[in-house]
Amino acid sequence: MSNELIDFVLVSVALLGIGIYGLSVKRNAIRMLFAVEIIINAANLNLVAFGRFLPHSGGQTLALFSIAIAAAEVAVGLSLIIVAYRMYQNIDIADFRSLKG
Amino acid sequence: MADAVFLALSVITIGSAIAALELRSLIYGSIALMGTLGGIAGFFLLLDSPFVAMFQLAVYVGSIAVLILFTVMLVKRELIFKKVEDKRRKFVGIALMLVFMVALGSVIMDSGIKTITTNEPAVDFRSIGADFLTYYWPALILMALILTGSVTGALVLARREDVENEQRTD
Repeated sequence: MSNELIDFVLVSVALLGIGIYGLSVKRNAIRMLFAVEIIINAANLNLVAFGRFLPHSGGQTLALFSIAIAAAEVAVGLSLIIVAYRMYQNIDIADFRSLKG
Repeated sequence: MADAVFLALSVITIGSAIAALELRSLIYGSIALMGTLGGIAGFFLLLDSPFVAMFQLAVYVGSIAVLILFTVMLVKRELIFKKVEDKRRKFVGIALMLVFMVALGSVIMDSGIKTITTNEPAVDFRSIGADFLTYYWPALILMALILTGSVTGALVLARREDVENEQRTD
C-alpha cells in the first residue's frame, strides 16, 4: 500500500490540535462537545493505523470499543447540556457557575 | 508517499473539522462535523478495516451526528447563531494549537515511525469477532452495561419534572 504510517499519524496530530483549539477557545457547550468528538476520532484513527501496520487485530478491536464508549459519552453530555439549558436558558459555559459557590 | 485519495480525504477531514468549530451557525457546524466523521471512516477504508469504517458510519454519522443536530434544534434560535469569544483568547488558542502541532509533529518526524511500512496482508475482520468473543468478552459485557446505564441516565437527566402528563382513563 502506498500510504505510510506517518501520514495517518500526522493527520491525527492535526485533528488533535484543532480539537485542543476548540476546547480552549469556544465557550459554547455544544461546540466544546464537537471538539471532544474530533479528539476522540483522532485517537481512533491512530489506533486503527497502528493496528494495520503492526499488523495486529487489537487496534481495530479497541477502536470499536472506543466508538461505543464515545456514543455513550455523547448521549450523557447532550442530556447534561439540555438540563443546563433548561436551568439557565443559555448554553454558554461561562454562565454555568452555580457549583462555583 | 501518500496518494491522491489520501490527500483529498485529509483535506475534507481537516477542513470540515475547522468548519465545524468556526461556522457561525451551529446547524451548519454539526453538518460539517458529519463531514469530519465521514472522512475518518474513509481513512478506515484506506487502512483496510472496512468493519470499523461501517461501524463508524453507523454509530457516528448515523446516530451521534443526528442526535447532536436534534439537540441543536431544541436550543433557542438566537443562541444558535450567537458567537461569544474574546479576541485575545482566540489568539492564545491558535498559538496553543500551533505549538501542539509543531512540537508533536517534530517529535513524530524524528522518531522511528517514519520508516515503518508493511507488506503484510490486512487483519481479517473474522479475527476481530473472535477477539471480541474470546479474549475481550468481559469488556464486551461491561460495555453493554455501560451503554445501557448511560442511555438510561441520559433519559432520566433530560426528563422534565415540572410537566405532568395526565393519564386519560376514559
